[in-house]
Amino acid sequence: MAEFRLPKNSRINQGRHFPAPEGASNVRTFRVYRWDPDSGENPRIDSYDLDLDECGPMVLDAVLKIKNEIDPTLTFRRSCREGICGSCAFNIDGTNTLACTKAIDEVKGDVRIYPLPHMPVIKDLVPDLTHFYAQYASIKPWLRTQSPAPPDKERLQSREDREKVDGLYECILCACCSTSCPSYWWNGERYLGPAVLLQAYRWLVDSRDEATGERLDDLEDPFRLYRCHTIMNCAKTCPKGLNPAKAIAEIKKMMLARRSL
Amino acid sequence: MATDNRPISPHLQVYRPQLTSVLSISHRISGVLLSIGLVLVVAWLLALAAGPERFAALSGFLASVPVLLVLVAWTAALFYHLLNGIRHLLWDAGWLLDLRGAYASGWTVVGLAGALTVIAWGVWL
Repeated sequence: MAEFRLPKNSRINQGRHFPAPEGASNVRTFRVYRWDPDSGENPRIDSYDLDLDECGPMVLDAVLKIKNEIDPTLTFRRSCREGICGSCAFNIDGTNTLACTKAIDEVKGDVRIYPLPHMPVIKDLVPDLTHFYAQYASIKPWLRTQSPAPPDKERLQSREDREKVDGLYECILCACCSTSCPSYWWNGERYLGPAVLLQAYRWLVDSRDEATGERLDDLEDPFRLYRCHTIMNCAKTCPKGLNPAKAIAEIKKMMLARRSL
Repeated sequence: MATDNRPISPHLQVYRPQLTSVLSISHRISGVLLSIGLVLVVAWLLALAAGPERFAALSGFLASVPVLLVLVAWTAALFYHLLNGIRHLLWDAGWLLDLRGAYASGWTVVGLAGALTVIAWGVWL
């Protein structure tokens, strides 16, 4: 059931303030969500004044600068710093995106950084994605076949069939879309969410896959698929410019098409 | 490591309202308002059936300014819900599902609903 207020242990307190160094002229304030599992305290917002003249252009540069120079306890995930690994997905300036591809310039005023919304927090900006990954595993995200593979070559596709997975295979599973979706917030236990459904569609349209019927059977469920109400926050927030809402609509159309046969 | 006291990260509290999500929740809210407003419509029909005195009494009540404002809101909800419902049907048919389509159709629905409300009350009054 939808719970709109944060539970007691999740309400956010005012944290510490770290002023900019003497003589800094180009100062921006970064307000960052902090939660320390060992402290027994509620989450808090710490604010850091950074000199942007001494900082790289991306939000990830700022977060790294805070960790390296001001507060080494700040905890977050990051790896590739070029938008391909999906690790540094946060809620930045009110929408979900990758810190490494979000320019500080794009944000007006203080830069507010929270973990991906409505997720259990492990520490600071690190959400627990266990359930998200389990949902991904549940759609069996691999090529499922009955027929034996050709002995001397790969399973080939026509150029046209290959193009059908464009706009789908690029997904990096950063979870920005799923955690932007109010339906996923309220029903994430049972609703698969935009990221996983986009992946489900990626296998449904793959011309080489031979389990289309079983895949649709697994999705034919009031919650797993049909909690999508075409809100479209997912497409709006995807840092890779993909469109999970459209993929989900295509799955719904496939459901209808096979029922009317 | 304790995992049972993990906080839930903020959601509604921090997520910037998007045209996409605002129009979506407005669709639900307008639907609820329409259901509640139907009570007035039924009262109006009952009064009509109960004879001219009853009907005149209710008409007087409906013409008072606060009730009139409720009725304007109700018609706005009606037009919005109707038009956005058509938008949903188009989506279900697979159209307008890119961001451009969603934004253009969203603003169109808002504009048309406003215009139809104004026209309806302009003709009525």
